[in-house]
Amino acid sequence: MGRGVLWAAGLLVAAFLLAPILAILPLSFSAGSFLFYPLPGLSLRWYRDFFGSDFWLPALWNSLLIGGAAAGLATLLGVPAAFGLWRLRGAARAVVLGVVLAPMVVPVIVVAVALLLAFGPIGLVATHAGMIVAHAALGVPFVVVTVLASLEGFDAVQLRAAAACGAGPVRAFFRVCLPQIFPGVAAGAVFAFATSLDEVVVALFIAGPAQRTLPRQMFAGLNDSISLTTAAAAAMLVAFSVVLLLVVGWLQGRARR
Amino acid sequence: MSRSPRLSAALLTAPLLAFLLLSFVAPIGAFLWRAVSDAEVAAVLPRTIVALAGWDGAAAPHDAAFAALVADLREARAREATGPAGGIARAASRLNADRPGLRGVLPMTARRVAAPFDGPARDAVIAISAAWADPETWGAIRRAGGPLSSFHVLAALDLRRDASGSLRALPDDQRVFGAVLVRSLWIALLVTGVCLALGWPLAWLAATARGWAATLLLGAVLLPFWISLVVRTAAWMVLLQREGVVNAALGAFGIGPLPLMMNRFAVVLAMVHILLPFMVLPLVAAFRGLDPRLPRAAASLGASPWRVFRRVTLPLCLPGIAAGCILVFIQALGFYVTPALLGGPGDQMLAWFVGFYATRSVNWGLAAALSLLLLVAVGVCVALYGRLAGFRRPGAA
Amino acid sequence: MFRRTMLKGTLATAALPLAARAQGRDLTVVSWGGAYQDAQREVFFRPFQQATRIRMLEETWDGGIGVLRSRIASGANTWDVVQVESEELLIGAEEGLFEPIDWAAIGGRDAYIPEAFNEHGVGAILYSFIFAYDRARLAQGPESWADFFDTAKFPGKRGMRRGPKTTLEMALLADGVPPMRVYPMLATPAGVDRAFRKLDSIKAELAWWERGAQPAQWLAAGEVAMTVAYNGRIAAANATDGRNFAIVWTNNLFTLDSWVIMKGSPNRARALDFLKFVGQPEIQAALPPRIPYGVTAKGANDRLAPAVLAQLPTAPANIESALQISDRFWIDNLDSLTQRFNTWVAR
Repeated sequence: MGRGVLWAAGLLVAAFLLAPILAILPLSFSAGSFLFYPLPGLSLRWYRDFFGSDFWLPALWNSLLIGGAAAGLATLLGVPAAFGLWRLRGAARAVVLGVVLAPMVVPVIVVAVALLLAFGPIGLVATHAGMIVAHAALGVPFVVVTVLASLEGFDAVQLRAAAACGAGPVRAFFRVCLPQIFPGVAAGAVFAFATSLDEVVVALFIAGPAQRTLPRQMFAGLNDSISLTTAAAAAMLVAFSVVLLLVVGWLQGRARR
Repeated sequence: MSRSPRLSAALLTAPLLAFLLLSFVAPIGAFLWRAVSDAEVAAVLPRTIVALAGWDGAAAPHDAAFAALVADLREARAREATGPAGGIARAASRLNADRPGLRGVLPMTARRVAAPFDGPARDAVIAISAAWADPETWGAIRRAGGPLSSFHVLAALDLRRDASGSLRALPDDQRVFGAVLVRSLWIALLVTGVCLALGWPLAWLAATARGWAATLLLGAVLLPFWISLVVRTAAWMVLLQREGVVNAALGAFGIGPLPLMMNRFAVVLAMVHILLPFMVLPLVAAFRGLDPRLPRAAASLGASPWRVFRRVTLPLCLPGIAAGCILVFIQALGFYVTPALLGGPGDQMLAWFVGFYATRSVNWGLAAALSLLLLVAVGVCVALYGRLAGFRRPGAA
Repeated sequence: MFRRTMLKGTLATAALPLAARAQGRDLTVVSWGGAYQDAQREVFFRPFQQATRIRMLEETWDGGIGVLRSRIASGANTWDVVQVESEELLIGAEEGLFEPIDWAAIGGRDAYIPEAFNEHGVGAILYSFIFAYDRARLAQGPESWADFFDTAKFPGKRGMRRGPKTTLEMALLADGVPPMRVYPMLATPAGVDRAFRKLDSIKAELAWWERGAQPAQWLAAGEVAMTVAYNGRIAAANATDGRNFAIVWTNNLFTLDSWVIMKGSPNRARALDFLKFVGQPEIQAALPPRIPYGVTAKGANDRLAPAVLAQLPTAPANIESALQISDRFWIDNLDSLTQRFNTWVAR
């Protein structure tokens, strides 16, 4: 009997996790303009609205641009750092790791206000560059952690073997190490991209109207009036997330093999 | 390798460290520094502060202080006409945080004394605003003389120093942040507790089930984990609003409509939904690491199920449980978006007040002091987490 | 090959801030969002961009002199033209937050109604704070501020604008203070206490909105039984969403919003081009039919139909019992009362 109760409770909680998301997806295909069921009919009008609007399409573009650039920057900086950390020991490692992981735990409101005050005087507020730098800083811990995890499965002896064969350290890294940890690097980049795609507080404080990302635009929509276009935007973000989740799952599957 | 391996390892981390130093550590450091620094007034009124050095604080100061004020304000205005603006406004905001009402007085005085006037500075200045006849105004200037002060940190704790320098609690009707801090801690604790209660059975199933059932259960946790926080908050708004999904469904049974939004219930519900994966994933890891033979052995030796749980299962899983709890608690403490969208004015947490004082009321000192409180709380949790679980995010690994 | 891509990437990211700074920024115009800004977009923003080929960005805000102060004082201001409330105009002008207006460049002050003139601002619209309810839910409607505060007679939540301005006036009006006595009374500590006591009596039923679009949304969703609102938003909801909201004009609070140019704006010339464009009577006359706010260019009203004129706050029936919001009072008291209000709300 205990097992049955456990299953019932567990499934209820799983339903609680999924139901809100599943409940709003069909609404975005409504032919009417109400935010409840039953739907008066099905249509794509809210998606047409989304792609025809002055605001949503640039927001989508901003999200992709800022997310992509931030993920690229975080990966460029994070992969060598993870490689360095992997070989560091002792206090130096603890200090570096502490700094690198700090963006994961510092409340994002503190980051947002600090960046607003720091970026304002140097002209980085309301620029794409400012957003990219900020989001790269928030995403880089995920790159480092993921790459470090995949480096744990990499045998350092191979690097020495490569050196013995006359390869320089850079060449050895690119030819021997990187191919083996590549799923981890890619997963880290996806994590960094997802972090940027999800981020709204920093965007609220330092983005201008030309840098509005999808979540930032949604936040504005929620503050005013929830239209079904917002629901369509939400549905598209959910679709993005599912794709990213599947990509990471596939990459991690590859890494394990 | 030609270089020492340690050096080259350190060099590899250097670009990232430099980047984070510039884009993260330095901005946050500079921001938090504002909690204890007090430079706004001294930047605009340096001579006035010098002139007030020997003042007894009983009545309005001597004429030299008035003359110094006029000279300072004229120079500041001339500087701002050509260079960057905002210095006088910043000084005025700082004085206003001490003595409400001074915000308007300082810029107005600066504007009026810019034109030449006849007679002594004292009469001219007091004619502009009676606030200058009040010794408390000058006391506020002296207290803000800097370069360091505990003013903002004390304000964040509902305390202030009086003229004699001793600590006083603010009068009842002006106290805010004690209640906000308690509220933030309480909401975070409540969310953590509910997450633990709800996450336990799901995590247990996900850890012990096999095959597709395990995949599905884990998927149910991972999918919301990946979906944007704003989207999930929006989902709750659509569900809970007056003409939303839940009320429409209740209406079919003749119930309601119920006020489900803009209250504490909605905030906690949505926060639990958002943070639950952070509880479930470490729990799953803990339960998977548990050797199933141990509880079985205890049971076969005659222990009751409750005793098995308390003496065997719980102690073995404790690090995982603690990790999940701390992870949820840290994040809950800093929540901004969800309470802002789903809560009423009485449900806003510390983060909202940081944002408010930073962008809606030029009081960066107070915003920084509140951030400091938040960071201290988070720091304690991180230290605990570091001891219990090492620094690794379960979702990322 | 990978290395070359990486090198290129590094160079590209290093060049980003430089490119961003060299580009400069587009003219950024800030208004009040929702149905009002939708109307402005049709009537002002799109035609302006088409006519002048100047690229323009829109932003939305919900007021507060502190927001403008923060932007100027932090050096992080990215706004050029902002629509502000009357006391924000005066306080900001006093504190040097705005550029002076070059009136010759926008048609001269004689082209506008006298109230629109200020050294640092151009009048944009005339509007009223009223309260509204949904006839579909409340047949026998409330008629005065006293009714608004009477939760026994009319149960349900009330929406009010977060902030002391208008809220304290309404509390006193509800408490039986005649309009002409409101500001003299608020100038005394006893009067302020009286207003807060009145608010205390329905505090549990109050929901605070910040954005002008929220009241109509809340009414439509039944979140509140009645709400303070801008008159135009309610009329717009009736006209475009087919709602049946009633506006209670009794003792409405009447005022004027202005356009200002933020201090140090790099787009001053383009900002003046914008103000000149939206100051033309034939352009302005297109606004009231979409959202019934009064406009400020001389001659604009001559182009309006009587049915539109009757909906404006300036119509004789509507302005009869109105109380004009006192800028003088709020300049002196906004900061201290905002502080007290915020403390009161947060508790």
